[in-house]
Amino acid sequence: MTMMSGAQMLVRTLEDLGVDNLFGYPGGAVLDIYDALLESKKIKHILGRHEQGVAHAADGYARATGKVGVCLVTSGPGATNTVTSIATAYMDSIPLVVITGQVGTPLIGSDAFQEVDTVGITRPIVKHSYLCQSALDIPKFIRQAFFLAASGRPGPVVVDVPKDCVRPSMKFEYPEMKAPVKMRSYNPTKQGHKGQVKRAAKLIADASHPVMLIGGGAQLSGAMDEVRTIAHRFNLPVTSTLMGLGVYPSTDKQFLGMLGMHGTFEANHAMDKSDLVFAIGCRFDDRVTNNLSKFCPAAKIVHIDIDPASISKTVVADIPIVGDAKTVLGQFIDAFDEFKLQENASAMKQWWNQINKWREDNCLEYEKDSKLIQPQEIVEAVYKATNGEAIIATDVGQHQMFTALYYKFDEPRHLLTSGGLGTMGYGFPAAVGAKIGCPDKEVCLFTGDGSFQMNIQELSTCLEFNIPLKIFIFDNCTLGMVRQWQKMFYRGHISSTNLNSNPDFVALAKAYGHEGFRVTDPKDLDAAVKKALSMKDKLVIVDIVCNTDAKVLPMQQMGGSMSDMFLGEE
Amino acid sequence: MRHVISILLENEAGSLSRVVGLFSQRGYNIDSLTVAPTDDPTLSRCSILTTGEKWEAEQITKQLHKLVCVFRVSALLEEAEGGIEREMVLVKVNTPNKNARDEVKGLADIFNSKIIDVNAEIFTLEFVGNSSEIDNFITTIGKLAEVLEVVRSGVVGIAKGNHFMKP
Repeated sequence: MTMMSGAQMLVRTLEDLGVDNLFGYPGGAVLDIYDALLESKKIKHILGRHEQGVAHAADGYARATGKVGVCLVTSGPGATNTVTSIATAYMDSIPLVVITGQVGTPLIGSDAFQEVDTVGITRPIVKHSYLCQSALDIPKFIRQAFFLAASGRPGPVVVDVPKDCVRPSMKFEYPEMKAPVKMRSYNPTKQGHKGQVKRAAKLIADASHPVMLIGGGAQLSGAMDEVRTIAHRFNLPVTSTLMGLGVYPSTDKQFLGMLGMHGTFEANHAMDKSDLVFAIGCRFDDRVTNNLSKFCPAAKIVHIDIDPASISKTVVADIPIVGDAKTVLGQFIDAFDEFKLQENASAMKQWWNQINKWREDNCLEYEKDSKLIQPQEIVEAVYKATNGEAIIATDVGQHQMFTALYYKFDEPRHLLTSGGLGTMGYGFPAAVGAKIGCPDKEVCLFTGDGSFQMNIQELSTCLEFNIPLKIFIFDNCTLGMVRQWQKMFYRGHISSTNLNSNPDFVALAKAYGHEGFRVTDPKDLDAAVKKALSMKDKLVIVDIVCNTDAKVLPMQQMGGSMSDMFLGEE
Repeated sequence: MRHVISILLENEAGSLSRVVGLFSQRGYNIDSLTVAPTDDPTLSRCSILTTGEKWEAEQITKQLHKLVCVFRVSALLEEAEGGIEREMVLVKVNTPNKNARDEVKGLADIFNSKIIDVNAEIFTLEFVGNSSEIDNFITTIGKLAEVLEVVRSGVVGIAKGNHFMKP
């Protein structure tokens, strides 16, 4: 029988759940937990410099490793600072457990110092949340939180822990984790409906203009092998949402590139003309579909998703299949075998001929300049120098779209980006988490001069924990994506998008104890990227001064169909 | 289109706020809401009256079902054999003279409504029915006497026939 305080039970529960890295920031309400944490030999605590960064780091860790990311922050401002990070994880269905301190239970509701209603504030952006009422709630709720975060459609779970629940003087018998967690009101469906799978399998084999559409759900469920097997068997053209990139190799000839607002010409045209969209773990977000009433007019929709509420929410599915992507695709492979279904060769030949004509448009071609670096070039230079194998974290804006279009991800979990919420400031801390989770991988950050300044304080974390990221700042002295919209849709009015008072990022790197240099000449770009990557043990900031007026193209026309696009500057 | 959404949820702190929050967060209306523990005290039964297209009601039920604290959800009126709904109303009316008291008493008898509280000048009536019957009751009584206060319970509902909601 082991007697423990609530704080000790909290630490022990995390250990029992296999947590080795805990991202956190201390404060009054979690002092007892931090005291108990000192005793742990299994958990390494990574002290961030702002709770938003702390929680984003746990998110980046989760995305890169596939494990649950965990963070610990104090009550009040500690908790509210994680709100943007929780919402980011929620929108992208990332398994995250956020443990927040809370004032003691007798003080709850009294407007005590550093008190906020954390469960209330986070309610619309969590999968579930808990407020512990006693020390023994802590192991129970944390186990449930891990189970909920990682199963079904993953998502963030908040566990709010009042200070009196972790009091060191109150000891209880630690309830060992005996059986797996079961919750009577929570039973996500894993297996797809057999009849639906069979109907859909036949539809896929019969289609003459099919497109396979990969979403973040395929990424999260680890469906890479099944996706590739099915795509090859039927010679399917494959496109992907931002969150699905890497599940299917971007360098493969069947891959058409990303679809949607900044998707490729070929991907969006193939969608528009398709007679069957085989959608796997995507939610038909407005950045993907453009005008819903003009979306894929001739297509039957087969939609696999673990979340029934994501099916027929925007695009009505002809064959809805609720289940885990990997499991359901396995059932598909069985059905293909059972009915001996094969590629419809003559139809697919014609379909590919059509697609290859769209490809000849070379929509990603851009003009280089002898004096000015183009942002696309930066992505291509890093792609070349890393052999396309690095984990890339991005912030939000033009550089994010350039990354999605020009870095050819061949493996899953290599692109860490805030897709649903579009959180500027996400990339840097996410890269920190990824490097901690995958220390042997090259981890690069693509960021902008705007985004980088939103969580720049984590440079200090990187020095303390020796996290040798390679940071490439697409420095165009402007909020590029907003400027692009102002140029294109607001008669060129530039309103509050110029960033004329940026710091000297090179000097800043040095001030934080890191390395940095600046590139302005396109001729120096390749060498600079190589130099940064060669400095293995150092965090290096490469401040790349690039074209302020570059635009992310192609781009869909607002209110149009999938294939209504702007291609070049006019 | 009216929908009565019936929900069986964990009777624990915060459950109801998740349900109510979901409605406002996703832009659905709540016309009425009732909630109380069931015969199993660990569970609450909640009935929500809402209006919207059929696909909206489907989205609501799916989103509600996604809440971890929600056990079962059904759109009652779309049940195979339909549903039964009831609502209760308490109406306080001004009855300053014998004539008014007689009128109200007579009407209460016709409607099968009970007079549950009486003093010299005020009657309080109780009436149970579906929502349109209640509307009708209130309008009619308002024509005979001055209505001082109306309290409606909100709709509760149950499926017809051998459909029932159990954990």
